[in-house]
Amino acid sequence: MDVIRFQNITFGTLKWVLIVGLLLASLFPFYYMVVMSFVPVQDLLRNPSLLVPELQQLTLDTYRQVVASEEDGGFGFARFMRNSAIVATGATLLTMLLSVPAAWAMTRLKFAGGRQVSAMFLAVYMFPAIIIAVPVFVGFQVLGLGSTLIGLVIAYIALIVPVTVHMLRSYMISIPESIDEAAMIDGATRWQIMRKITVPLALPTIMSTALYAFMIAWNEFLFALLFLSAKPELWTVSLGLTRLADGQEVSRTILMAGSVLLTLPIVIMYAFAERWLTEGLTAGAEKG
Amino acid sequence: MSLTALNRRAGASRPRPTPSQRRANRDGWSMVLPIVVIVTAIIIVPIIWTFILSFQEARYSDVARNGLFNPLTLSNYTDVLTSHGFWESLWVTIIYTAGTTIGSIAVGFLAALALRNAFRGRGAVRAVFLLPYVAPVVAGAYVWKVMLNPQFGIINEWGTSYLGWDQPIDFLGRAPFAMITIIVFEVWRYFPFAFLFFGAALTGLPRDIEEAALVDGATPWQKFRHVILPQVMPVIALLTLLRLVMTFNKFDDIFLLTGGAADTEVAAVRVYDQLVGSSDIGAASANAVILAVILAIGLTVYMRFTRRAED
Repeated sequence: MDVIRFQNITFGTLKWVLIVGLLLASLFPFYYMVVMSFVPVQDLLRNPSLLVPELQQLTLDTYRQVVASEEDGGFGFARFMRNSAIVATGATLLTMLLSVPAAWAMTRLKFAGGRQVSAMFLAVYMFPAIIIAVPVFVGFQVLGLGSTLIGLVIAYIALIVPVTVHMLRSYMISIPESIDEAAMIDGATRWQIMRKITVPLALPTIMSTALYAFMIAWNEFLFALLFLSAKPELWTVSLGLTRLADGQEVSRTILMAGSVLLTLPIVIMYAFAERWLTEGLTAGAEKG
Repeated sequence: MSLTALNRRAGASRPRPTPSQRRANRDGWSMVLPIVVIVTAIIIVPIIWTFILSFQEARYSDVARNGLFNPLTLSNYTDVLTSHGFWESLWVTIIYTAGTTIGSIAVGFLAALALRNAFRGRGAVRAVFLLPYVAPVVAGAYVWKVMLNPQFGIINEWGTSYLGWDQPIDFLGRAPFAMITIIVFEVWRYFPFAFLFFGAALTGLPRDIEEAALVDGATPWQKFRHVILPQVMPVIALLTLLRLVMTFNKFDDIFLLTGGAADTEVAAVRVYDQLVGSSDIGAASANAVILAVILAIGLTVYMRFTRRAED
């Protein structure tokens, strides 16, 4: 009995140590990021371990400078945010528009070549971006899509579609086909069945899939780096931030304010739709 | 001739598709065609193209002028395989992959175990644990860089003031530290991924076996070792596979944190440097192909191994 009590106490204690430790590890970097973005850099020079600033220390100047355009002496993050928003929203909408019917056809229709298409999606599902980076980069340059937001959106669709199709398909399989058949007898076409029956039933999954797609596109870095490096006016937030950090001496308050702006949309989205997103993450977690 | 072979032969001379089958074909293809085209153009063709480019001494101008039709050569492969840098980067990649795969799965598993029993605020704790995973990699990497900076970073500030370090540690610029740091960073970023998987698996476990074990006098450790662990083994196997594949070709995290300096040049960063730095497309492609082959061999061995373990 003693062993059991000893272990219960030990594991019970370790469990809370672990929970507190991981909470700190998960939260502290973001807390630090936010604090640094709101205090003047002089205060940090005077006190490098400043963690709990006084209320009157806080300033919005860093953000003003980060968001302002270059002509106004800023760093142009307003434009980066706009570019990221355009690319991520565009890629998400197009991806969903294309992958919902595709997933539906793969689960519902027995068409010639359908099995091969499913197999192809499974195969590319795990393909690492760096291996296709070389020809995509070269090919897009040759086609003139290399340094455009449209080119980036197309590349993102290809990166995201295997994930979304996989997520949507695994849900749509669970919707009983008898409902479709009843509608079919009533004379509905396949497109009508999909729009009027499957889509409403699968709406929560479609939403979580879309959120996940948006997250991938918003956070993506490698392709933005390959495609847009030469075109500062098209930089996304991720790319803009790294170019900023590589360039001239930039104060860390500026870097952290930029990081906050990059993280904020994802965290807001996550706060509002945690349940949806967690579902999406679990289903789509295999990619990432 | 067996019956199935006969059937197959009979199927070879297909009957004409019925009108409803033709309609299914038409509807099916109109629904999947757009994404099939995009995935083919952006993923399938580039994979083949990488393979072809790896046999060519190609620079941008050659590719732009001649497309795929440059003279073929094996020199990229001999160059890559005989270069010291390649083998070093391979070794670095293997250490990095092993370290992060084991680390993130272990921490994720422990986290899921710790949150297994309900307590007040568990939902909030779970949400916080996922933050490093949902946050953009660029933001995560820069906070770490600022925190670890030798001149003004908070970690070195604490280390020298409270932990008695003689001097600040250059976490991302000195050899043994840089590798450890990027592994820790990667564990930080991907433990939530394993945590999600284990969380789902643990909720699905039937509680009565464990209760029976406790009634029989099993200690908590024995319960874990002999009841819980065997049941989550398949999850561990799947996660290992996924993490191996994803980490082996990881680019962003290392590129952002060290740029490949201080003995952290993993294979993907090397490919990028060859592509952008020295614009040696042939070498970059050959490097990518060799990586893919090594990964494929590794996965085959791994699957053989786990399958035998299951039998």
